[in-house]
Amino acid sequence: MSTTLESPPQVSAGAGARQLVVALAGNPNAGKTSLFNALTGLRQKVANYPGVTVERKEGLWALEAEQAPARLVDLPGLYSLDAASIDEEIARDIITGRMAEVPAPDVVVAVVDATNLERNLYLVTQLIEAGSPLVVALSMVDLAERSKLEIDAEQLSTSLGVPVVPVTAKSRRGLEELARAVLEAVGSQPPCALWRLSPKAEAEVRRLYAAGAASREGALRDLYSDELPEEAELREAVESARARLSSSDPQWWQEPLTARYRWIEGVTAGAVRGAKDTRPNSTERIDRFVTHRFFGPVLLLLVMTVVFQAIFSWATLPMDLIDRAFGALGEVVRTQMPAGLLTDLVVDGVIAGVGGVLVFLPQILLLFFFIALLEDSGYMSRAAFLVDRLMRGVGLHGKAFMPLLSSFACAIPGIMATRTIENPKDRLATILIAPFMSCSARLPVYTLMIAAFFTDVRLLGFIPVGVVLMLSMYLLGIVVAIVVAWILKHTILKAPPPPLVLELPPYRVPNFLNVLHTMKNRSWMFVKRAGTVILTISILLWALMTFPRSVVKPVPDAQEGAAVQAMRETGVEGKGEPAPSTAKGEGDTSDESLQLEQSYAGRLGQVIEPAIAPLGFDWKMGIGLVSSFAARETIVSTLSIVYNVGKDAGADSPSLIEAVRNAKRPDGSPAWTPLVAVSMMVFFVLACQCMSTVAVVRRETNSWRWPLFMVAYMLVVAYVASFVTYQGGKLLGLG
Amino acid sequence: MSLAYAAPGHVAELLKRAEGRTPAAVSLDALAAGTHARVAAVRGSGAVARRLMEMGVVPGAPVRVIKAAPLGDPLEVRVRNYHLALRRSEAQTVSVVMSDE
Ligand SMILES: Nc1nc2c(ncn2[C@@H]2O[C@H](COP(=O)(O)OP(=O)(O)OP(=O)(O)O)[C@@H](O)[C@H]2O)c(=O)[nH]1
Ligand SMILES: [Mg+2]
Repeated sequence: MSTTLESPPQVSAGAGARQLVVALAGNPNAGKTSLFNALTGLRQKVANYPGVTVERKEGLWALEAEQAPARLVDLPGLYSLDAASIDEEIARDIITGRMAEVPAPDVVVAVVDATNLERNLYLVTQLIEAGSPLVVALSMVDLAERSKLEIDAEQLSTSLGVPVVPVTAKSRRGLEELARAVLEAVGSQPPCALWRLSPKAEAEVRRLYAAGAASREGALRDLYSDELPEEAELREAVESARARLSSSDPQWWQEPLTARYRWIEGVTAGAVRGAKDTRPNSTERIDRFVTHRFFGPVLLLLVMTVVFQAIFSWATLPMDLIDRAFGALGEVVRTQMPAGLLTDLVVDGVIAGVGGVLVFLPQILLLFFFIALLEDSGYMSRAAFLVDRLMRGVGLHGKAFMPLLSSFACAIPGIMATRTIENPKDRLATILIAPFMSCSARLPVYTLMIAAFFTDVRLLGFIPVGVVLMLSMYLLGIVVAIVVAWILKHTILKAPPPPLVLELPPYRVPNFLNVLHTMKNRSWMFVKRAGTVILTISILLWALMTFPRSVVKPVPDAQEGAAVQAMRETGVEGKGEPAPSTAKGEGDTSDESLQLEQSYAGRLGQVIEPAIAPLGFDWKMGIGLVSSFAARETIVSTLSIVYNVGKDAGADSPSLIEAVRNAKRPDGSPAWTPLVAVSMMVFFVLACQCMSTVAVVRRETNSWRWPLFMVAYMLVVAYVASFVTYQGGKLLGLG
Repeated sequence: MSLAYAAPGHVAELLKRAEGRTPAAVSLDALAAGTHARVAAVRGSGAVARRLMEMGVVPGAPVRVIKAAPLGDPLEVRVRNYHLALRRSEAQTVSVVMSDE
């Protein structure tokens, strides 16, 4: 999995025979990925295109038994070569050979949904104009047959001027014929565009051809695309041609679009017989319920509840297991290696850091599983349809719903999912508010605070305050996100309300192979990316808490042993049993906290104390805050160190809860009060304390500007909100 | 409106037939759910109008409004045998004429 795509493929046989590159192009949902999986099996690699998180899938396709397999590239769906989103742009650039990493494809396989022929053929007309050798793979023929739709592939092929091969990925029907057609198409003369414009426009095209355009297709592109040709003479000719056309018809630019469809109507009229309505009745019936005025929103809430329930409850067991495994691993390493700084680094920095990331893997896997399921079945676009009006109220797009929903599990996949939003400003606004959704990393903090100060406290005698608080934190994040989105969309990201042109595809039974592939590929990218960042930060954090070394007073051998023993209880924070506090002698505990106090992290905590005092926090909490800027959940393990309860104490560890309750300030007053706890929770809802999120935003936006802006403004929001919470609470006499 | 040139023969004919009974063209968002119609013109310009046309909403194409979302917007519209969601503001830029089928 770790080999890069750039590395030469294993198969270099075939003395000098260049490896063929084949690209799969087609409308969204046409069946490209299903075909890709069927053709390549497990021989596929997934990475990202540089600078963006558009998935880049490549695999090897054995076209012929004795020949070297071809490189098959799966592309994101696109409706047109005039791209409207990053996804479409990437697909277009690869098809037309403009992407540096992938050589121009030798053959483009256009995947065409047989049940939706006219719209799918629009892209084919453009591919014909683009001029690369083309083969049409007619997918969903099983569905077409079921709805009594007859497509004469030969007739279609004659009219289009390109080979047409009916395929069914699942039953592997037509795959060999497709391979043969692709081999035959290599190096063949590309077909030419057969549709015609009005006489007036055709005259202009001929004139441009005479003025130096490369071909009829080139002249068409020059005349109707957004860009003007470089060469001065040709540019002038194009400009005057456009002026002439627009003077007689202001909508002159629509002509090729209309003409392509007119031609397509002619082609399909000759090749298609039978049922006109191919949309399955089941889809109509399901939609009567799913997008129903009343039941639609209810079902949406239900779906969301199930997804959350799954993420938060089903994932706990595997998370615990991973947690313990890393704890155990740390212990083994600690006993096997000589005690010392290096061991500390490996155990507290590396193993704890990696474990800290992998602990979230079950949640991420589950989330991606549900997302893939909802996407593949066709429900996701219904969700966007249902919430679009609400989202538009704050200037966002219906398509922003999904990314924001994912962000409740983790902002990273959520931010990655924004790539389907066409308008860059809408996309940016969605990215910037995604971290306000309470992700799973906040849960340990909420759990600790509630367990320490609000257990068995009830509102009106029966409503548990803990539940109310937990819900309030989620709501707070949502409300602030709405306000911020509104402000952003009315200031720096001002733009007209984003358009919504969204296909509502027929419902399909999800293909589990597809779902599993998606789940595996996306999770792996998460592990790789988040892993490197969190690992780096954990090591840095470890260093900050370890250096400079405090002056260790000479201790008797026995106590030294105890200290080492205590250090062995190590690793990631977990939900395990409480640390056996009896196992610690006086000497080692004070050593550890003394070390912390003198370390850079400790000094930093003391430096920022004046700034955080108005929020109700002391310097020890300050250390926790500083460390939590790497990843929120680290505050639990940091507080455990600060309060000497052993680093492996989890958020619900009784000893940590006791320690938090009993912590004192220098003047003897309790460090924590319920008000401080709430203030802390508010801060954690609103501050951007997650290095991985920052790293992902950096990648997504291709600059440091937006991630830094995000960290800064969220910090301000969090500070102000905590300040208001704490000072307001004190004024109300709650302190 | 540049109907005469943009619309193919059958739309022009429909327009002619419709003249006596109903106003020639209405915008798509004013179309009652379930009514069959054909696109007469896409009046907008820019990326949205282009995308609509790329998706098959070109003069002559059969359209039918299926329903509105629970909050009244967007609309679900059937075009060329598939279903499309679009906002009322976008539907406003599409004028249609009723058809019999
Ligand atoms: N019945 C049937 N279903 C198919 C066929 N090919 C694909 N599907 C289903 O159609 C849906 C979409 O297929 P994908 O392969 O994900 O389509 P895609 O073109 O990769 O879609 P995007 O990546 O979103 O552009 C899935 O639910 C598939 O299971 C087919 O030949 N017959
Ligand atoms: Mg795909």
